[in-house]
Amino acid sequence: MPIFDWLLAVAVVALAAVMARAIWFTPPEALQGEAQKIFYLHVPSAVVGLYLACPLVAIGGAMYLWLRDDRLDRLAESSAEVALVFLSIVLVTGPLWGKPIWGTWWTWDARLTSTLFLWFILLGYTVLRGAIEDRQQRARYSAVLGILASLLVPFIHLSVRLFRTMHPQPIVLAPEKPKLSAEMGLTLSLAFIAFTLLFIALLRGRLKYAALRDRVEALEAGDA
Amino acid sequence: MSELQPPGTMAVALMIARKDLAIEYRTRSAFFSSLVFSLLGVSIFYMVWDPTAVRPIDMAPGVLWTIFAFAGMLGLHRAFGLELQTRAMDGLLLAPVPREAIFLGKALSNLVYVSAVLAVTIPAVVLFYNLEFGSGLLILGGIGILAAVGLVTVGTLFSSMTVHTRFAELLLPMLALPFFIPVVVPAAQASAKLLVGAELRTVMPWIQVLVAFDLMFGVACVLAFPFTIED
Repeated sequence: MPIFDWLLAVAVVALAAVMARAIWFTPPEALQGEAQKIFYLHVPSAVVGLYLACPLVAIGGAMYLWLRDDRLDRLAESSAEVALVFLSIVLVTGPLWGKPIWGTWWTWDARLTSTLFLWFILLGYTVLRGAIEDRQQRARYSAVLGILASLLVPFIHLSVRLFRTMHPQPIVLAPEKPKLSAEMGLTLSLAFIAFTLLFIALLRGRLKYAALRDRVEALEAGDA
Repeated sequence: MSELQPPGTMAVALMIARKDLAIEYRTRSAFFSSLVFSLLGVSIFYMVWDPTAVRPIDMAPGVLWTIFAFAGMLGLHRAFGLELQTRAMDGLLLAPVPREAIFLGKALSNLVYVSAVLAVTIPAVVLFYNLEFGSGLLILGGIGILAAVGLVTVGTLFSSMTVHTRFAELLLPMLALPFFIPVVVPAAQASAKLLVGAELRTVMPWIQVLVAFDLMFGVACVLAFPFTIED
């Protein structure tokens, strides 16, 4: 059984290439200097984690409750773990960037707070999965949690938004705001591609693992 | 013929709530532990701050609603924990009643329970923190009911799941606490404003968040509950 995962290898090489481009071949930002380079790691992981991986947890769960296909539960399970990885990157790089630029590691603004609690929920999600033996029960419970969590995040965002907010507004998709320079934009686009590749590779590997684990379980149950 | 009609959803919910409350009334174990927990919490919170640095009036709302969330959660496990003994849950599920009625009944008994704890905790905070509440107390009561409904709907659903897991008592806070943020934060912020004599108008955005949360999660939890008890 070959262990080598060519997709993961491509993703890692792409990621390394993008980081090299970001560090050595992209001009530093005028006001923030070199500290801004963390942008090419922070923003793509946030976008891939929050808008690709997290929705898959809820969608996989909802589709499972509807179709009762084990593959959908495995999709939700795998997305949750990969989302946890990406959100952890966001939560580590955020303070590292915030300290030199904002002068503080952490601030309780809407985006930071929602991301932090989403991370907590994903952690709870994985612990919940580990605490249930029965496969169907585990799938149903985690689907319910995934769906409820998708309803919760807007509420947390709203609760904190009623305070003043400090996080910079998105500057990539906002047309009237100052745009990134062409070189920075290209590096960011490449970073998005690299992180999406990494996401797909990790998800694929995790799905393979889950499928094999379930098959082993089924075989063992058959023998007993 | 009317005797053979199955009772309606609300009637069943009331019956289940009455049964749970009767058990609770006879033992009073969960209620008193939650009550003592919340009174202890309120007094410990007072002592860990320097009252000359932070005014008690600034601390009180946060303390009240944080303790409320923790004390409420302490009792939530009880609703379904009761049914585990002698597999009473199976009997409940075999009864020809809508599953939603079981959820509503459990939520209702939890609501009475949490409100009772709150009804003692609010005066205790007013007393210990020397608060001057005018007509604001009435609005605070309203906020309390909205917050209790939110806490109980989500908490009841999660306790119906965690009760079947290993380390249930640890897992419930882990899952439920993030969901209490949109309950505790608006309740605390609104009470803080009321305490300094603000008009009802100025706390309306917070009350709207609470109402929206109650409606959204009320519907979502009723719909999700049948999935948690399938067998």
